[in-house]
Amino acid sequence: MANRRQEAGRDALAVKGWWRSYRWLLLRRLCQVMVLALFLCGSWSGVWILHGNYSSSLLLDTVPLSDPLMVLQSLASGHLPATLALSGALIVGGFYALAGRRLFCSWVCPVNPLTDLAAWLRRRLGITASASLPRWLRYLILALVLAGSLLTGSLLWEWVNPVSIAGRGLIFGFGAGIFLLLALFLFDLLVVEHGWCGHLCPLGAFYGLTGGAGALGVTAAGRERCTRCMDCFHVCPEPQVLRAPVLDKQSPARIAGRDCMTCGRCVDVCAEEVFKITIRWSSGAKDE
Amino acid sequence: MARTDAPGPARRRFLRDVTRAACGLSAVLVLLGIRTESSRASGVRLRPPGALPEPAFSRACVRCGQCVQACPYQTLKLATLASGEAAGTPYFVAREIPCEMCEEIPCAVVCPSGALDSGLPSIDAARMGLAVLLDQENCLNFQGLRCDVCYRVCPAIDKAITLTPESNSRTGKHARFLPTVHSSDCTGCGKCEQACVLEQAAIKVLPRELAKGELGHHYRFSWLEGADGKS
Ligand code: SF4
Ligand code: SF4
Repeated sequence: MANRRQEAGRDALAVKGWWRSYRWLLLRRLCQVMVLALFLCGSWSGVWILHGNYSSSLLLDTVPLSDPLMVLQSLASGHLPATLALSGALIVGGFYALAGRRLFCSWVCPVNPLTDLAAWLRRRLGITASASLPRWLRYLILALVLAGSLLTGSLLWEWVNPVSIAGRGLIFGFGAGIFLLLALFLFDLLVVEHGWCGHLCPLGAFYGLTGGAGALGVTAAGRERCTRCMDCFHVCPEPQVLRAPVLDKQSPARIAGRDCMTCGRCVDVCAEEVFKITIRWSSGAKDE
Repeated sequence: MARTDAPGPARRRFLRDVTRAACGLSAVLVLLGIRTESSRASGVRLRPPGALPEPAFSRACVRCGQCVQACPYQTLKLATLASGEAAGTPYFVAREIPCEMCEEIPCAVVCPSGALDSGLPSIDAARMGLAVLLDQENCLNFQGLRCDVCYRVCPAIDKAITLTPESNSRTGKHARFLPTVHSSDCTGCGKCEQACVLEQAAIKVLPRELAKGELGHHYRFSWLEGADGKS
C-alpha cells in the first residue's frame, strides 16, 4: 500500500535515521555550494580558483571549461569558437559523458535547488497536477535551440536560458533575470510538476543524450525487499525511469533511463534500502 | 490533510482555472517588469576593446564574464535580460566608467571564445566606438571658452582629438578652439565623454556603425593624392 505523497521519506527517517535518509541530498547541496563558492571566492577574497561562470570558465588559470551546449549554439550560429572555449566544451562534455547521466543537473546546476524547492513545496502543500507535458518535449526544445541558432545566426536561447541567467546572477548579481527565475519557480510549483528540469530544459536533454552510457548510476539492487510504498516515485524528479527496474522483476535492476540524473534521492528515501549508487563495471553492479 | 477526499470535478476545474490565471498574471508581470527595467537602462553601450563587429560578437561571446572579472577598473558589465544587448554579453557605458586602455588589454587576453580579439597589437588599435562632438550648441569651446577638457584627457591627445582654431564671429576678435575628433586614431575609450564638464556630455562615444558616414564610392577628392583621390 502506497504512502501518501506528503509523507514520502517518513519511513526511511524512522528506520535509517537522519543522516542516512538525507545523505545524498546533503552531499549534492554541498557540491552545488562548493562549485558556486569556487566561482565566488575569486571576487570575494582574491583567490581565483574558477574564473568566469557556468557558461565558460578557467580552472586554476589553466584548464578551460565550457558549457557544451553554449559552444554548440555558437557553432550553429556560424562562429567557430577559439580553441580555449572549444577544448573547454570537449572537457566538460567528455567528463559528463564518461561519468554518466545528468550529473550536471543534480550536482552542479544552479537552477536545481530552485526546482527542488518547488517540488518539495508541491509535495508538502499537496498541490496536485494542474497540467502535464510530455517528457520528450525537452528533446524537441534542444533541437529547436540548435536549429534556432542556425537559422537566426544568433544565440537565441541565451536571451532566456534560466541556467545561464541563474549562474550569471549568482556570480555577477541579478538583473531583470530574477523575474524569469521567479516565473520558472511558480511554473514548477503551480503548473507542471518537475516542469522545468523534467520536461523542458534543453541542457538537461543534452546531458541525457550524451551521458546515457556513463559510469555512475543507480541500481535497484535490493528490489526483492520493495514494499511498494512508492516513496521513491514520489521524490524522483524523473519517476518514469524507476518503473521497470523497481517494479518489473524481468527488467535489469540498473536504472537505464537516460533521464535519471543520479541525484540519489531514491537511495535516501527508501526505508528498505532497495537502491544503491553504483559504478558500472564494478563488481556487484552488473546490469542483471 | 487538506485533500484526503478526491476533489469534485467542479472544484478541480476551479483550482485549475485559478492557477492558470495566477500563472498568466505572473507572466504578464514578468514582461512588464522587464519592460520597465529596460526603459530605465541608459547611456550608449559600448563593447570591450578588440570586440568583433556587432552581429558576430554576440554570436561568438559565450557570456562567461571573464572579461568583466579581468578588468581592473570595473569598467565592464554584463548585460541583463532588460538591456538592449544580448543578455549576458559585456558592455560599458563611457559616461559612467570609461575604458582605461590598459596596455596589456587583460579583458581581451582572457576571452576564451574569440569574441574579443586577443591578437590586438596594442590598445591603440582598439576601436570600441568613435567620439562625436554631438552638441555644438552647448559645448563650451564652441562658445569661445577654453574648456578643452575632452582634448586634455584624451589618451591619444593631438592624434584622436585636436583643437581647430577658428575666428569667433560672435566677438569678432577672438578665436574658438573646436575639439575635432579623428576617426583614424580615436579608440572609443570614452574618457572624453566621461570628463565632459556639462550636465550631459556634449561629446559622446557612439558605436562606429552609428557614428561614421559613408561616402559614395564614386567620389574623388582632387586635393588627395593617394589611391585615386580617396585618402
Ligand atoms: S570574455 Fe569573451 S566570451 Fe566571455 S563574456 Fe567577455 S567577450 Fe564574452
Ligand atoms: S574616445 Fe575620446 S578620449 Fe578616447 S580616444 Fe577617442 S577622442 Fe580620445
